[in-house]
Amino acid sequence: MITHRTWHWWAGTLLFVAVCVLGVALGTVRLSLAQVVGALANHASPAVHAIVVTLRLPRVALAALVGMALGTSGATLQATLRNPLAEPYLLGVSGGAAVGAVAAMMLGASSALWPLLAFTGAGVAVILAIGVARGAGRSGHTDVRVLLMAGVVVGAFANAVIMILLANVPANTVRGALWWMMGSVADTTWYTVVWLGVYVAAGIAYLALYAPEIDVLTLGEESAAGLGVDVRRATRRAFLASALLAAATVAAAGLIGFVGLVVPHMARAFGLSRQRAMLAGCAIIGAILVVASDLLARVVIPPSELPLGAVTAVLGVPFFLIQLRRMR
Amino acid sequence: MISYENVTIAYDPDAAPVVNAVSLRAERGAVTAIVGPNGSGKSTLVRALLGRVPLASGRILIDNVDVTSITRRDLARRCAVVTQREDTTFARNVAEYIALGRYPHSGSWSAAPAGDSEAVVSAARRAGVEPLLGRVTDELSGGEWQRVRVARALAQGGEALVLDEPTSFLDVGHEMQIFQLAVSLAESGAAILLVSHQLNLVARFATSMILLHKGSVVATGTPDTVMRGELLERVYDWPLVVTRDPAVNAPMLVPLRRST
Repeated sequence: MITHRTWHWWAGTLLFVAVCVLGVALGTVRLSLAQVVGALANHASPAVHAIVVTLRLPRVALAALVGMALGTSGATLQATLRNPLAEPYLLGVSGGAAVGAVAAMMLGASSALWPLLAFTGAGVAVILAIGVARGAGRSGHTDVRVLLMAGVVVGAFANAVIMILLANVPANTVRGALWWMMGSVADTTWYTVVWLGVYVAAGIAYLALYAPEIDVLTLGEESAAGLGVDVRRATRRAFLASALLAAATVAAAGLIGFVGLVVPHMARAFGLSRQRAMLAGCAIIGAILVVASDLLARVVIPPSELPLGAVTAVLGVPFFLIQLRRMR
Repeated sequence: MISYENVTIAYDPDAAPVVNAVSLRAERGAVTAIVGPNGSGKSTLVRALLGRVPLASGRILIDNVDVTSITRRDLARRCAVVTQREDTTFARNVAEYIALGRYPHSGSWSAAPAGDSEAVVSAARRAGVEPLLGRVTDELSGGEWQRVRVARALAQGGEALVLDEPTSFLDVGHEMQIFQLAVSLAESGAAILLVSHQLNLVARFATSMILLHKGSVVATGTPDTVMRGELLERVYDWPLVVTRDPAVNAPMLVPLRRST
């Protein structure tokens, strides 16, 4: 096992800054570092300024925020469920959000409303999953295994609803829905970046506040109870906060798979284990992974773009396979 | 001191209680052992102390304070429990693991109050695991892991310790280490409540024994009082004899072969 060292944090931060700079500089139009700095200092031509400030910077910022949120959400869920395969979309978040977004598209709602409806769908799915688990559990006791199964059931139900909704709609609506489900941070605005930024900052701060409680929860319910944790309340709090954090990213950028699953494993590979350190590490690694994936998505076959969710998976799978080999 | 007063527990109000009017005391300076067959209610008593199952009647006291009248954290500061099983999905550094025992003393934001590192080292020393502090939990042997768990419980700072079957899956050497540790902790003033299936080791090391059968106490007292052949034969539903181990001068149970 690797033990984490101070230089890991510096290297992580440096790598994050580097991918962000590359994310702003590279694309269909390549810019030099001087041009990027010039645009930020308001000394560039209007075209360069528009590319940097209006197009790429919010895109990179959104990618970083999505990565931070999914990474920290995954770290919290894996620790709370004591399951290294847990991920933020587990509790029906992805299915619920997709139902919301597809319904919005079918109803012809303005695209500005899609995030709101996606978030509502995700929120409803999570509350439904927790409700189902509570109903099924003995005397209102929320068993994590029942909760997991309830999430899977709610997710499967949401998928069925999506298929029914999409069965009889025009082809372009299906294509739009499909693209949305593959995830993208393109064409974003500063407005989206700011609201997601505030939301993610509040969400991560909340998870960090309760991180010691989640550390204790990793020992299992009985031991956590013995250490003075209200297991039921702590579990529900961690679920709701991490699921809503993931729901916000789905609302802003669609479904971006694998990040929430693989990022906590990457953080552990650097020797992190304390939950607060895990949150910080997963925020940095998650941001690097999504910004780098988005960069790849637009530079591999310019001017076309690859779906962001597919690139994160392509980058994440090899790492995961290496981890699996080590676990043997 | 840990005391159960007339504790009755029923998972289902219509069914027979799983624990029926149990009273027992684990005094400071002594190892008090709860024994009994599988399903006799031993672990349910531990779960009740943790607040994981509600009491139908009776009360549980730690140093004469009803556990329902104090907060969960306050209870954790007074009494530590080493449960039967613990999740080991995510490995940790041993020092960091023992430090989790300080959780009941932490504020909502500060994870490590002042004096915590001394408390961790002192707990590790008492449990005899100080040399393991730099190791990682998934590298430990079964015996080391159980002692590290006891160290975490000691780091909680209370003087009451509940050990629920701490020697399951351990070989004889590691079993002896855990029993000797329990005795030395009791000698240093702690109240030790031990749940165990190892009747012969309990009879040798415990100050007093409580024998449970189908949720009720059927015998209580010194090991010599409880370790009676006809009683144990009835409770365990198996032919056996109780003799005396001359090497350690303690009662010893010998299970016999049942004629078919």
